[in-house]
Amino acid sequence: MAHDTENLAIFRGLLKFKSNVQKIWGVLIFLSIVTTIEVVLGIVKPQSLMGMFLGMKLLNWIFIILTIVKAYYIAWDFMHIRDEKSGFKGSIVLPLVILIPYLSWILLVEADYIFEVMRTGFVSWNF
Amino acid sequence: MEVNVSNTTEETNVWGGGNKPLNASYGKMMMWFFIVSDALTFTGFLVAYGFSRFKNIDSWPIADEVFTHFPFLHGIDAPMYYVALMTFILIFSSVTMVLAVDAGHHMNKAKVTFYMLLTIIGGAIFVGSQAWEWKNFIKGEYGALETKGGQILQFVDSETGKRVALADFAVEIDSPRETHQESNGIWFVGETTLPSYSLEEVTTGFKSHANLAIKSEKIDESGHKIILSREESLLQLEGAINVVEGANLIHNEYGNRLFADFFFFITGFHGFHVLSGVVINIIIFFNVIMGTYEKRGHYEMVEKVGLYWHFVDLVWVFVFTFFYLV
Repeated sequence: MAHDTENLAIFRGLLKFKSNVQKIWGVLIFLSIVTTIEVVLGIVKPQSLMGMFLGMKLLNWIFIILTIVKAYYIAWDFMHIRDEKSGFKGSIVLPLVILIPYLSWILLVEADYIFEVMRTGFVSWNF
Repeated sequence: MEVNVSNTTEETNVWGGGNKPLNASYGKMMMWFFIVSDALTFTGFLVAYGFSRFKNIDSWPIADEVFTHFPFLHGIDAPMYYVALMTFILIFSSVTMVLAVDAGHHMNKAKVTFYMLLTIIGGAIFVGSQAWEWKNFIKGEYGALETKGGQILQFVDSETGKRVALADFAVEIDSPRETHQESNGIWFVGETTLPSYSLEEVTTGFKSHANLAIKSEKIDESGHKIILSREESLLQLEGAINVVEGANLIHNEYGNRLFADFFFFITGFHGFHVLSGVVINIIIFFNVIMGTYEKRGHYEMVEKVGLYWHFVDLVWVFVFTFFYLV
């Protein structure tokens, strides 16, 4: 196994660990901090983050970005993508990175359009 | 299982067979590609949820008002805490899984066994928590009325803005109507249990309590559900045709019925993944105890189920965000 070639640094080398086990605990602490921030923001819902940005509340953007950050560290360090060859990395990550935003974009734009039609149309939806 | 990349200088030999060009075994690669396809399946579900939500953006239920339970804290409004706890449990069981994989790299059977056991326990607790969450969701707490168009009318105290349960104001009216049993009547078809209160009992109760108002499905600019005035409430009451308690695939006291459908479908599909993950983990756990991988000379199987287990955790991170946070 290629375990002796494990990359023991996270945050672009800012934080280096002595062993793989240490790195695992380090990532756990990081994930817990991010989750705690999410939960606190979800409970407090600061008024300053309620502004709209690109059709969505700023707070929701923060949630989504933090989620992707968490997903990155789970995939990279728990699933060891960091240690895979770049060709293999690409074959896993690229289809998802291309298809998921594409599908989301298409369906959400369509849904927004339907919402507008239903709101401004003459049909009453509470019959 | 050292990778035998030979020292040949010719590039063609890398793909010429006999070695692993991508430095990963067949089984591990296939697990990865299964995960990619499964990730796209979950994407489909979550995006469909997003579609329905954007389509009903001005009336979608607010998660904080739906999931408010915490074990042993009855009647206390505790949104988010329980799912946050579930998230931590799942992340932690993910960590014990990586530790098992790491111990496998060092051929440490005792440690692999111990960490696999912890992972299984974590997974079982998570599935149990989800069952509890489902139970609360299905049972409902306050009850509501449903109009012919499918809108949900919930009841609040107009002074405090707090929800009021049907049981607190419905009046008892004697009625001969009872649940139709299969054994009665000409057609041998039963019906599901009737709600605890009839429509008449609820509407009469509402009219006799002047402090009550109806909370509509619509959301105002600041993101709160609009509470109707007393006159408007009485007007809306005319359109009600059903009493709804709890949620199922057809009726949903929390608001839009699609919300309940997606809740059951997405968390159910994810819960099924966790359940099958626990089962697979148990199988591998016994293989580890029996020394299968010790004889085989490597613990790659633990690594493969580990990938699946982390994927389940990864999906939960997204379900958590899109169902409970956003």
